[in-house]
Amino acid sequence: MSEQIKKFLYLNRRAPYGTIYAWESLEVVLIGAAFDQKVSLAFVDDGVFEIVKGQDTSESGFKNFSPTYAALGDYDVNQLFVEKESLEERGLSIDDLMHLTWEDEDEDWAEKDSIRVVSRSELSEIMADQDVVFSF
Amino acid sequence: MSELHTVNKSPFEKNSFDSCMGHVLDGSAVLLYEDGVYAAIKGTAMEGKVTSAQGVKFYVLGPDIKARGIDAARLTDGIEIVDYAGFVDLATEHDKVVAWV
Amino acid sequence: MAIEADGKSFETDEEGYLVNLNDWIPGIAAVMAKEDDLELTDEHWEIINFLREYYEEYQIAPAVRVLTKAVGKRMGKDKGNSKYLYSLFPYGPGKQACRFAGLPKPTGCI
Repeated sequence: MSEQIKKFLYLNRRAPYGTIYAWESLEVVLIGAAFDQKVSLAFVDDGVFEIVKGQDTSESGFKNFSPTYAALGDYDVNQLFVEKESLEERGLSIDDLMHLTWEDEDEDWAEKDSIRVVSRSELSEIMADQDVVFSF
Repeated sequence: MSELHTVNKSPFEKNSFDSCMGHVLDGSAVLLYEDGVYAAIKGTAMEGKVTSAQGVKFYVLGPDIKARGIDAARLTDGIEIVDYAGFVDLATEHDKVVAWV
Repeated sequence: MAIEADGKSFETDEEGYLVNLNDWIPGIAAVMAKEDDLELTDEHWEIINFLREYYEEYQIAPAVRVLTKAVGKRMGKDKGNSKYLYSLFPYGPGKQACRFAGLPKPTGCI
């Protein structure tokens, strides 16, 4: 293929169950991962709530799609940026998030962390470095 | 007249919670459900708004905090957890329901 | 649409996928395979069961590429390649095997 590899960032800004945005974003990421592009995700504002651990929808009747984030590594989506300020404003820290990892095939499937907590200014730089930013 | 105010939007995204807090009177109750439950988390800008509301009782819908991975220990002090039946009871106990959607 | 297996009827969608994941019984896979002129062997069941476990853990049916990689990791390179998987499931290890396993059409399958 002669097509150039582009950098795609999916910007997630919505809480998981109140609207369909979070799940739609995840589905688009999984579908888009079939195309050979460099994909990363950013969790900003209420988007940080998407990857909070311990989600249990058994009493509310929603489909709990939080386990699906753990499959992102299988889809070669290994870079999940979480904005520090957004976590703090919501009384959260990285310890409240799911431990999401990916396995490096080149290093005998060594398990590596996918989540990186970044500051607002760092995230601005990351965004500026992208070819395309998809907002959800 | 006692009122039950309900909020179902995230306080970080919409001003439904703030508007509600601006209109709630002593002796009324506020029920947080769906994304409104995020207003119940301790250690946020919402905590002070909850604790400083005089004579207002706060409730949160249990299944909705559970779905969102919010442990009961994380809730601002004084907020009571109710289930769906409790929601109905609150609605009937008050003279009317004011929904901040 | 519906499919008959073990004397019971199960609802399927217009593409033949089971509507209710929890309804699944092994007999459904056997009937679907017969309709596709396939005889299910232990090798087929190994993949079908693997898919069901994958869904249980991640709540999605994996895309072919992901399935291939995951099978390779679990069962070795001899099985984790598309030639082997297509030899078992000629209509596609994603689409066909997921259908047999009672899963929805794989996410990322167009």
